[in-house]
Amino acid sequence: MSNTELEPLKDPGLPAHAHRKADHDEAAAKRAERQVAILFLLSALGTVLFIYSYIWIAEDIYVFIPIVGTTNAHQLFLGLGLASSLFFIGAGAVHWAKTLMPDEEVTAQRHEMRSSDEDRANLIASVKENAGAAGLGRRSLIKRTLGLSLGLVGLSPLLLLRDLGPLPGDSLTKTTWAEGVHLVTDPGNRRLRPEDLEVGAVAHVLPEIEHPEHRSLNDIAKDALLLIRIRPEEFRLDAERLSWTYEGIIAFSKICSHMGCAVALYEQQTKHLLCPCHQSTFDVPTGAKVIFGPAARPLPQLAIKVDEQGYLVAAAPFNEAVGPSFWERSK
Amino acid sequence: MKPARERVAGSVANFVDERVGAARYLKKSLNKVFPDHWSFMLGEIALYSFIILLLSGTFLTFWFVPSQEELIYNGSYVPLKGIKMSAAYASTLDISFDVRGGMLMRQVHHWAALLFLAAMVAHMMRVFFTGAFRKPRELNWVLGVALITLGIVEGFLGYSLPDDLLSGTGIRIAEAILQAIPVVGTYAAFFAFGGAFPGLVFIPRIYTVHVLLIPGIILALITVHLMLVWYQKHTQYPGPGRTEKNVVGYPLMPVYMAKAGGFFFIVFGVTAFLGAVASINPIWVFGPYTPTQISAGSQPDWYMGWLDGLVRMSPPLETYFFNRTISWNILIPGLIVPGIMFTGLALWPFIEAWATGDKREHHLLDRPRNAPTRTAVGVMALTFTIVALINGGNDIIATHFSLTINQIMWATRISIFVLPPLAYVITKRICLALQRADRDLVLHGRETGRLVMLPHGEFVEIHEELSPQEAFTRTSHEQLAPIPVAAIDANGVRPKGVLKDRIRARISKGILQEQIAKPTAKEKLELGDGHH
Repeated sequence: MSNTELEPLKDPGLPAHAHRKADHDEAAAKRAERQVAILFLLSALGTVLFIYSYIWIAEDIYVFIPIVGTTNAHQLFLGLGLASSLFFIGAGAVHWAKTLMPDEEVTAQRHEMRSSDEDRANLIASVKENAGAAGLGRRSLIKRTLGLSLGLVGLSPLLLLRDLGPLPGDSLTKTTWAEGVHLVTDPGNRRLRPEDLEVGAVAHVLPEIEHPEHRSLNDIAKDALLLIRIRPEEFRLDAERLSWTYEGIIAFSKICSHMGCAVALYEQQTKHLLCPCHQSTFDVPTGAKVIFGPAARPLPQLAIKVDEQGYLVAAAPFNEAVGPSFWERSK
Repeated sequence: MKPARERVAGSVANFVDERVGAARYLKKSLNKVFPDHWSFMLGEIALYSFIILLLSGTFLTFWFVPSQEELIYNGSYVPLKGIKMSAAYASTLDISFDVRGGMLMRQVHHWAALLFLAAMVAHMMRVFFTGAFRKPRELNWVLGVALITLGIVEGFLGYSLPDDLLSGTGIRIAEAILQAIPVVGTYAAFFAFGGAFPGLVFIPRIYTVHVLLIPGIILALITVHLMLVWYQKHTQYPGPGRTEKNVVGYPLMPVYMAKAGGFFFIVFGVTAFLGAVASINPIWVFGPYTPTQISAGSQPDWYMGWLDGLVRMSPPLETYFFNRTISWNILIPGLIVPGIMFTGLALWPFIEAWATGDKREHHLLDRPRNAPTRTAVGVMALTFTIVALINGGNDIIATHFSLTINQIMWATRISIFVLPPLAYVITKRICLALQRADRDLVLHGRETGRLVMLPHGEFVEIHEELSPQEAFTRTSHEQLAPIPVAAIDANGVRPKGVLKDRIRARISKGILQEQIAKPTAKEKLELGDGHH
């Protein structure tokens, strides 16, 4: 095919301008002017409503609005006042622009972003000349030491960030749990006996400490336990894990082994624990093995026993870190 | 004698001009031409919601107490009276119930944040699908990707500030992601949180980042973003009279100023309306944060939902070696996949220019159908994100549609691999079909539905020819040829870098070969007036 055969359709140019009614009809223009004025007046009314609501509508009045439901009248009318005072300014301005301001499209020319070759050459020459005058090319000692100091200067602010926090140490692997620490209810801080839990029941538990009113969130975030009682014969655990239970009562860390949310949903029928964050599902009779979802490890199990007075206590600390994984965590 | 008004205006203008020479600059600027199209307002919405965020956010800072110090609540929200909570949570309750207009401003702030992200995403889709990111606007595209990324982080930190149960859970997840980074993760988490989770410093720290650091960077980037738009002049859709060398539209003064300025008030008004009637983030329902509690149906804001969905669908994969743990179930969905996506997004203009060999300036936008591969890649990425987003809401979907979470999880686990390529193929076919339809319309005109019986009994449908303007709009695009493969010369010597060139030629063939040839003037002429 020759070039003429590939020629595209001709550009017919900008379409002829279609005039609006208000451009030639004075009555239509007047009408548009009134419409714009009404919109601006509505905005003013909105401000009046806002002021009225702020001062005179009591804050404890509730009204029923279809779709929205029962809502606070003070805040509703305050908002509606603000909304209309703003919206109608905009509506007025846009209506004004569309009906009365000139609507002839205009054309401007573009220019290539690239500078002309001459400008480029001039720039390079002048940069070279100025750099040469400063001796950047010749004085290599200055260049190198400047490079060194610029390279090092960034270290100071970086080092300043060091005291943002302590080093992890063993704080991710240690909890309050130790042999003989009593299990207490959360909330309530009451010691628990095995008979407090019926088969099928679940209890939220924390370690007993001297001043429970000063219990820190950091400790809670590691210590929280779920205590679940099922029939002892339903366990499918190895001998060691079974010895960590007491008459069908088993204790798991409540902090998800995936990303640390509270695994707080227990399905009594299926004996599954579910984490509401990412739906990891743990099977209680098999020692909280992951049967669904993104968690890769079972919830850590705490060994429990009963002390001389018949209260539930920890038989040993956790034998692994609770909560989400981290680099230094050993399997 | 001039009226007093004019004299005052004149002397003010004179004062300013004699000091900064504003007249020279303004004379040119006030006549600057802006093309008009509804899709150009998406970026405006993002800009305006950012301004609304600055205004409403400043109001909130007057009462918000960024502290995790514990206190006993004694405000006017009765159900929480006497409960131990952080000062941050208590002050958010105070803003909601004891400061007049406080609830309204909180809700305006939250709605504006959702709108800010939504508008940025919509704006980015417009820029992507019309090819507005092409040379010379690649840098502005990269700035846009940075702005969206910062916007997501800013939004997340913002809704984390009230220290309620829902947002605290989000912070816990963010901490777990930090902690999962190999080698330095534990240190990073301990530095960020001033020790183990939750500590007592993260609210004041993210407060500084949320109200100062990130908004400052966003403001600076928006400024550069807009200066580039101004300097490079706006792109325009193809059409009669519009070329690569001109820009057709309305002058800044008065039309564009009135429309854009008015639109700011409209966006603010709509946001205020939402704040007035639509409850958002009712933190008093969730209660204060404590690590041992959680509510079913925990959901992040929509722009975090797809990330959460990816984390939810991830397989339970962790590897252990030499007493070290790598949590792939967190790293892949939480860092690696989003990292790849945002890097790919930022580099797209350069990838496309490399693959098509097109290094020229473009000021006329593409109709999405005329760039089938790009459109298909965009729809593919959107499909991926939407499948992830659906899984992010799997618990809500499960209860609303009587499905099990397992069904939804498996459906999305499979869909995330199957649907995006399918979307790619289908989109590309649709684009080509639309090209064919354009060709048909230009050559044969529009079907009118009017049937005419010819003298010899044959029925024909009258086709109405397109106007020259419409026909031009449908044919003015360029159709590039694929990059030719570098040939091995007569002596059997391969040119340098031949493998790279071959790959590139292959890719460009994949992108550019499948095009429906657009009608030429000659074809149109031969077909005549459309009665056939």
